[in-house]
Amino acid sequence: MEVSIKVNGKSYEREVEPRTLLVDFIREDVGLTGTNVGCDTTQCGACTVHLDGAAVKSCTVLAVQADGASVNTIESLANGELHAMQQAFTEKHGLQCGFCTSGMIMTAVKLVESHPDIEEDDIRHGLEGNLCRCTGYENIVRAVAEGARRFDPHSPWEMDPAEHKITLREAERRARERSRT
Amino acid sequence: MTATERAFGSSVLRLEDPRLITGKGRFTDNLSRPGMAHMVVVRSPYAHAKIKSIDSTEAAAMPGVVAVYTGGEMEAAGFGGIPCAWVVPDSDTQTPAHPPIAIDTVRYVGDAVAIVLADSEAQARDAAYAVDVDYEPLGVVVNAKAATEDGAPLVHDDVPGNQCFHWTVSGGDVDAAFSEADVVVGETIVNQRLIPTAMEPRAALADWDSSMESVTLWVTSQNPHIARFLLSLDTGIPEHKIRVVAPDVGGGFGSKIPHYPEDSMVIFASQQLNRPIKWTETRRENYLATIHGRDHVEEVEMAAKRDGTILGLRAKTWANLGAYLSTASTGVPTILHGLMLSGAYNIPAIHEDVYGVFTNTTPVDAYRGAGRPEATFMVERLVDLVARELSMDPVDIRRKNLIEPFTEGHEVATGLIYDTGNYEPALDQALEMFGYEEARKQQAEARSKGRLVGIGVVTYTEICGLGPSEVAGAVGFGGGLWESAIVRFHPSGKVHLMVGVSPHGQGEATTFAQIVSDQLGVAVEDVEVIYGDTDQTPMGWGTYGSRTTPVASGAIMGAIEELKEKGTKIAAHLLEAAEADVEFNDGVFSVKGSREEGKTIQDIVLAANTAWSMPEGVDPGFEASAFFNPANFVYPFGTHIAQVEVDPETGEIDFQRYVAVDDCGPIINPMIVEGQIHGGIVQGAAQVLWEGAHYDEEGNLVTGSLMDYAIPKAEFLPKFELGKTETPTAVNPLGVKGVGETGTIGSTPTVYNAVMDALAPLGVGQVHMPLTPEKVWRAINQAQEGGN
Repeated sequence: MEVSIKVNGKSYEREVEPRTLLVDFIREDVGLTGTNVGCDTTQCGACTVHLDGAAVKSCTVLAVQADGASVNTIESLANGELHAMQQAFTEKHGLQCGFCTSGMIMTAVKLVESHPDIEEDDIRHGLEGNLCRCTGYENIVRAVAEGARRFDPHSPWEMDPAEHKITLREAERRARERSRT
Repeated sequence: MTATERAFGSSVLRLEDPRLITGKGRFTDNLSRPGMAHMVVVRSPYAHAKIKSIDSTEAAAMPGVVAVYTGGEMEAAGFGGIPCAWVVPDSDTQTPAHPPIAIDTVRYVGDAVAIVLADSEAQARDAAYAVDVDYEPLGVVVNAKAATEDGAPLVHDDVPGNQCFHWTVSGGDVDAAFSEADVVVGETIVNQRLIPTAMEPRAALADWDSSMESVTLWVTSQNPHIARFLLSLDTGIPEHKIRVVAPDVGGGFGSKIPHYPEDSMVIFASQQLNRPIKWTETRRENYLATIHGRDHVEEVEMAAKRDGTILGLRAKTWANLGAYLSTASTGVPTILHGLMLSGAYNIPAIHEDVYGVFTNTTPVDAYRGAGRPEATFMVERLVDLVARELSMDPVDIRRKNLIEPFTEGHEVATGLIYDTGNYEPALDQALEMFGYEEARKQQAEARSKGRLVGIGVVTYTEICGLGPSEVAGAVGFGGGLWESAIVRFHPSGKVHLMVGVSPHGQGEATTFAQIVSDQLGVAVEDVEVIYGDTDQTPMGWGTYGSRTTPVASGAIMGAIEELKEKGTKIAAHLLEAAEADVEFNDGVFSVKGSREEGKTIQDIVLAANTAWSMPEGVDPGFEASAFFNPANFVYPFGTHIAQVEVDPETGEIDFQRYVAVDDCGPIINPMIVEGQIHGGIVQGAAQVLWEGAHYDEEGNLVTGSLMDYAIPKAEFLPKFELGKTETPTAVNPLGVKGVGETGTIGSTPTVYNAVMDALAPLGVGQVHMPLTPEKVWRAINQAQEGGN
């Protein structure tokens, strides 16, 4: 089947089998290996990506279901400089082996986007779909809290790169709008 | 870090992180080679069966399939059995054959029966389902103790009674200790089977080069040099024609120590097909075909005087080894377990019989702590039982029996000589951090209201930093346990540090750079630590047993000292001074008192690399290599305290507090050390509260996926409160001890004792781990019925 999926702002038209998982499409067809596969039952969350702005486990979505959608992976998060959440993960030692990290960060970004004032208990609850075997989660929770503290919804790298690569005219328009409010 | 701050002791951010947080990790499954084919393993659905026939006609004809191979073909190509690298002495160890692909009999669910090679993984997987294997089921045994009983099915025809070995450890007069005792306590401990579950499943990619008759194997290994050594034994390829690369490895916890059959299979297939071959495990396969841990049944007793003085410990242990011997299988329940039964205490008499037993289950090998969590659990559980029998506070009985402070070595009844220890300060600090007295008062108040609050206290020590190679040989380990390092300065002053250990999340790319930075005055960022590649690094025995930093740092320091001496000679020459007048501080060689005229290490490195003017008898270049064979193991120690509350209505356990005070000697990077302790605590607590592998009578792994096996989640856990004491060891130049396993070794008995303390008012005696709400609820009900 033919699908057209936008990954990190770039469109990929590919012929896939109906059974092809989105994660396999990302890893094999697109060739982005930052999204890892840690299980076969949708428990571990290592493969979490953003699908049309929502954090989803890409092992649980068929590529054909993502036809026409926009997917963002860990590779899109840093745009010249690290995303606040990536920076928080290294500063708070929120990773050891790094295998769960891509999914953990992608989940965390959406968690704090929707809950900027998130408390520790809610962070722990919000990470229920992501498993880590190294850290005991303590420093991941600290990292997400730190990432939330630094979260700035106006920061360009908090958004879909497809959206934030805007023209000068658009940037000026947004600046005028901001100054009016 | 500011310029004035020492690299040693600072929480330097990890040099590993930038690639891992941006999705650029080099995990084995992320790699591919031109022309690569994929391997899928056909695995036995039976725990024990004869293979009557294998028909691969249909599979071989499927789209994309390039070959299907069976065990016989692999054997005919000269591939031998998978070797076991640890055979404990003073025992009768049986080492039955372990063909990489089963030839006529399968012995556990997951045992390989054929491999399918295809252009894509999906094609190989489709074809694997089409391989038609005709099995004749045989009798199955899954429980270690049952396997030794008369009439039990034999896993290997040539191993009578399924007994792999009977090993004993004995010290002091145990019979006298028990006959003199005022109190004797005991129980049967089931230290259940665990599944390591590194987040990255195993993977292997082999690329046979027919022109050089050599192979490169990228593999998820904790110890690429051991992998290469063992592969040379069973593949028939000479060691110098094998390159093993462990790129980024996504956790191991022991499960990536062994040399696995799949490592040989991909090499075999790559040779046969002249194509690179990749295999990546599914999680389901990981649960079946990657080693498990623990799985002991232990009948244990402790003898004590009325005042709480411990007199002796006696144990009989059945260790389930699974169907075949994995790389270190026999050493884990013996040397790493039985020798540690004195714990942190003076126990004058100790005896343990350990029976290693084959069953129709996945092979069992080292899992975080490997034998030591089982030992600590046994000792600490018994100490608590004695305390309860004597109505003593668990802290008082521990304080009474703790080994007094020592710096020159302390011999325990099992024959080990601990390096250094000073246990009471850690205990005092933990009690203070926890607010122990106040917590006990609050507990009494809660109990008076019918609430089940429990506190568990454990004072542990453990053996790590494996270890002196002479001892490795004496205890039957088929290799050395020394390490080596090369420190190589390039002309511009940048550094490569090459080590034989192979970290996979523990952060030594950073901590080792900190050592070099601290000692030689170069920036941490200017040091690249190279590991995990047998062609690029000197020989070393790998990363496990909390040995990487305590052993490899000895080699690193040896090389550094040599470079300091060489630098001093060159500096004296350049400064026209006497060597004895030259000092080296913070990266500058200078004549005492005139630092500003001195030469930076970069000046010296450039001078050594250009070699335009070298002192007489000094070779060009600025590089040194060193070996380090430690004089002893190291023995970190500490006190852990946990608090839980059990809901009497549901049996649910609320894990409320955890205080850990650990002594791993001087700390190179506090942030990394804390991370190691956090992760360790959770793996130990998880054994108590959630995790347990379970087989049915037919040998099916019932807990065969992440849906059925309970890996802890963030929301299950409290915030950890960590403290430390710092007692350096004399075993290595930096005085450092290992910390990778202390958390697990301490937390398993701590959390268990806390829950048992919570249940004590109801008279609940024992509940086997994991303490699931159902089991706890049943135990509560049973105790209440019994009481009524």
